[in-house]
Amino acid sequence: MSDEWRKKYRLEALQAVTKRSAYGNDIDLSDFVTFPKGGADLDEDVKRRSLEVGVDLEGKKGGTYFQVDHSVLLSQLASRIKGVEMLPTDEALNKYEWLRGYYWKALSVSQDKYTAIAELRQTKGYFIRSAPNEKVDQPIQACLYIGTGGVLQAPHNIIIAEEGSELNVITGCTADSRAKTVAHVGVSEFYVKKNATLVFTMIHSWSDEAYVRPRTGVIVEEGGTFISNYVMIKPVRDIQSYPTAHLVGNGAKAKFNSIIYASKDSIIDLGNRIYLMAEGTSGESIFKVVSTGTSKVYNRGQIIGQNRNTKGHLECRGMILCPTSSITAIPELVAEHSDTELSHEAAIGRLQEEQLHYLMARGIQPEQAIGVLVKGFLDPGLPGLPERLQEEIRSKLALLERKSSPQEPC
Amino acid sequence: MLLSVQDLHVRVEGKELLKGINLSMEYGEIVAIMGHNASGKTTLALTLAGFPQYQVSEGKILFEGEDVTSKSIDERARMGMALAFQSPPAIRGIKLGHMISLSAGMNPWQPKPGDDPELPKKILSKVNLEPEKYLDREVNVGFSGGERKRSELAQIFAMRPKLMILDEPDSGVDIDSLKVLGNSLQEYFRTEKCSMMIITHHRHILQYLKPSRMHILSGGKIALTGSYEELMPKIEELGYERLIKEAANE
Repeated sequence: MSDEWRKKYRLEALQAVTKRSAYGNDIDLSDFVTFPKGGADLDEDVKRRSLEVGVDLEGKKGGTYFQVDHSVLLSQLASRIKGVEMLPTDEALNKYEWLRGYYWKALSVSQDKYTAIAELRQTKGYFIRSAPNEKVDQPIQACLYIGTGGVLQAPHNIIIAEEGSELNVITGCTADSRAKTVAHVGVSEFYVKKNATLVFTMIHSWSDEAYVRPRTGVIVEEGGTFISNYVMIKPVRDIQSYPTAHLVGNGAKAKFNSIIYASKDSIIDLGNRIYLMAEGTSGESIFKVVSTGTSKVYNRGQIIGQNRNTKGHLECRGMILCPTSSITAIPELVAEHSDTELSHEAAIGRLQEEQLHYLMARGIQPEQAIGVLVKGFLDPGLPGLPERLQEEIRSKLALLERKSSPQEPC
Repeated sequence: MLLSVQDLHVRVEGKELLKGINLSMEYGEIVAIMGHNASGKTTLALTLAGFPQYQVSEGKILFEGEDVTSKSIDERARMGMALAFQSPPAIRGIKLGHMISLSAGMNPWQPKPGDDPELPKKILSKVNLEPEKYLDREVNVGFSGGERKRSELAQIFAMRPKLMILDEPDSGVDIDSLKVLGNSLQEYFRTEKCSMMIITHHRHILQYLKPSRMHILSGGKIALTGSYEELMPKIEELGYERLIKEAANE
């Protein structure tokens, strides 16, 4: 893709390749390669890891986009599902000239070195579009998989929910357990048109040595709804992300739900920013986290009220299981209009002993009781998410119930 | 003998709350523990259940002949001692149906062959909580006083214990709930012959479960022991304080 039209983005990106991110540790990406030799096949390990992030490669659950490192291995395209189109982004950009109008429009290519590198070293990504007024029942699934050590994966994803449509996308991001140090700097741009709904569920399941810097921008038009559900329960080396939603149309809504189980020495710096730009817009961010091991978690949140009759709420609930881990909540409310109503609520504490004893008094061993309580604390109960998906997330949390023990995490 | 409490002294944060309790219970026996507020009733219940903040400084607790004084809460529960809490905590994210399965020693997320998936339903019906409505409710979240007490009974019924320690099962419940609680306990006692230690302020629940013996606690000690027929009318006539005083004078 060396098209002339992209030149301006590349030039802009070149100016930003050393620009540090406002948050998180600075990651040196120069040693990671974008074109490795070989590559992982679709073997049993790949299938297992994909299932862990909710993507069924047998393709029973809907359209499937599957990217290993930089190659799109499987793309059972939207011909199977009425009203949806799914393509690798580069193909889509070649096919549709109009799509260029969406490229780097929800966030800036020069935001920081990671967006810049994503442009300069782009490795595919997916384009998903629901046709106007189509209510797509089946969830569309996409999986970004890093199978080779030393690889930098830098996909550019674009999702467009056209006017009046409903679209449900589940994305799993995972790394091969055998792949050593890997990096991911995925860019995602989401466009929710008038009266459309996009439910975007992201399940991250990285490896202990994964450096992750996703960059996401969302634009929601009049009466549109964007719901993001984010789940991460496996350790990661270092992740930092701060998706930003711009509610540009009257009555637009955005909701971010995050469920995090932070273990080992993971460094997790996640937040959401919502601009309530148009009249009657509303935004909410709910972040639930359990920290163990020596993990460090930062939950940032920012809501900016810029118009009348706007409403925003930030919530962080943290449970700290080990004294060697930490959780920091940094909520920011910015009122730029007198008729905006913004609130935040943060509560971080240890596991409630009273609850633990209560479960033990039923004969439940402490290890299991802690697992049950952690699972209960993180229980999704995510509004806007189909029950089947909730169950899927619950079944992942059930793994915690089996694994957690007071000795193990600390 | 099912339970033998010998010279039990208990401290909480350095303060002695029980000062030498001696009592015993036989298999299939109902015993009532009564007394005014802060007389040590709940301390006794929580000490028997093994709550670590209740430190036994002297004496011991034998359950079926085994010294359980230093056993943990869950070990005692699995041995057959079940406590129904006076004020159980609310637990978000855990369904009552799952809690009942867990109490029965099952893992609702990983059922084993032989587990009865219908058990939570059956037990909820026994305490008059409609399964359709309550199976998926979060444990004690938004429950009324009566609902909490019934949820407690459902959980300890699932444990099939040898000894139930019922800490004020009749406090904060309306007359309808009291009837339900009384009848379900009565039925459970009739069919399972489970021993019950009933801690209460009032006679209400004892009308359903007649104790063979009553102990009246005062200042962390047993001040009086007697039969239901002997003591209950006197408590109602004189109140705890005067009754204990008069008994001491005698």
